[in-house]
Amino acid sequence: MGHFIQLVRRDLNLASRQGFDNFMVVAFFVLAVVLFPFGVGPEPGILARISAGVIWVAALMASMLSLERLFLADYEDGSLELLVLSPVSLEILVLAKICVHWLTTGLPLIIAAPLLAVLLNMEIEGFGILITALFIGTPTLSLLGAVGAALVLGSRRGGVLLSLLILPLFIPVLIFGVSAVDAAISGYPMKAQLLIMAAFFLLALPLCPWAAAVAIRQSLEE
Amino acid sequence: MAMIEKYANPNRFLRIARPLIPWIGGITLLCLGIGLYLALFVSPADYQQGESVRIIYVHVPAAWMAMFCYTSLVISAGVGLIWKHPVAEIAARETASIGAIFTFLALLTGSLWGKPMWGTWWVWDARLTSMLVLLFLYIGFMALNSAFDNAQRGAKASAILAMVGFINIPIIKFSVDWWNTLHQPASVIRMDGPSIHSSMLIPLLLMAVGYSFFYLWVLLIRMDSAITAGKIRTLRQRHAQA
Repeated sequence: MGHFIQLVRRDLNLASRQGFDNFMVVAFFVLAVVLFPFGVGPEPGILARISAGVIWVAALMASMLSLERLFLADYEDGSLELLVLSPVSLEILVLAKICVHWLTTGLPLIIAAPLLAVLLNMEIEGFGILITALFIGTPTLSLLGAVGAALVLGSRRGGVLLSLLILPLFIPVLIFGVSAVDAAISGYPMKAQLLIMAAFFLLALPLCPWAAAVAIRQSLEE
Repeated sequence: MAMIEKYANPNRFLRIARPLIPWIGGITLLCLGIGLYLALFVSPADYQQGESVRIIYVHVPAAWMAMFCYTSLVISAGVGLIWKHPVAEIAARETASIGAIFTFLALLTGSLWGKPMWGTWWVWDARLTSMLVLLFLYIGFMALNSAFDNAQRGAKASAILAMVGFINIPIIKFSVDWWNTLHQPASVIRMDGPSIHSSMLIPLLLMAVGYSFFYLWVLLIRMDSAITAGKIRTLRQRHAQA
């Protein structure tokens, strides 16, 4: 546990020293959503109808963007090898990295989401549930994404490849995330969607760090 | 286990596989020939769908094979990863491209059938959508497999991906079913009607058997050429070093 916190603190320190870089993801998220009114027209009715979907899809893309860097910097400067060699189990260290990814990507997205919901004219009933659904859903995105990020280490054109590998796996989170918000807006119960998303998270929590650790080990074998 | 290790030697594998190729090819052509004749000329046209019902004889087996190939892809990738089995790794790689073609064929024939039946090339029906996602999983596997300069790493990384995808397939399928029932209640014509008659079932099964043997045929030919290509590469490298 001590090593886990140490690694989280180290990576947060590294992230905080990169200054404006951390806001890039949020800036992309806001900009991607702002493009939609230009694309589909400014009518409030249409925007309100698609708001939940647009915010979720943009959140998926935004969390994809920073995934490539998740292990790459450590892989390139060799510190990933030291982490693998350390007596602490690699799965715990991977989990720490995933935590940091969520803290630097998922959390800012959740903070920016209500503002975008206002811009897209979302019904007021959807706000609370959008935040809740993002809170449950984005950690799953970070967990799944870590597997992809570990798999593409050392490949040619990792970034594009990563999106091809990971986006199909994001579909379930997207479906239930949007459906929860839509259900809340139309006044239906949305507990089931949230519970299913929580189930995805609990399933991904043990499996993804394990798969990512296997992938990292094989990337360092040669 | 001894079985698995025995055929890890590509040469031993080829000694058994090569004589089998013409036989498997013969069975394929026989099944597809008789199956197509029965499907296109003998089996009756549907009273609702007319002649276009015949597309199911190429569509349904393609969809079955798309799923079958992913399963055998995961099994061979798993064997390759666990036992470091070179022949299984080659089988996984070659299965991926064949499976992707079957998936594409299922989508294409489904779309061609959808135009006269549903009046549109594409509907976001749960089955179509899951097939489309399956196609993306295949493409992801092939892209990752060929993304490394070291072929060994590509085989291992894509094997891990195949297994993650395999765990995800039921989850994606379930989600897509949920999503579809929520967004689009039964607007699509269902294929209920009479339960399938033997005049349709026999050609359908023959086609399915033919497709399976076709997969095996192409797989063995492709594995043969992949192993041979590997040998040529090794010889060239040795030649260049000498």
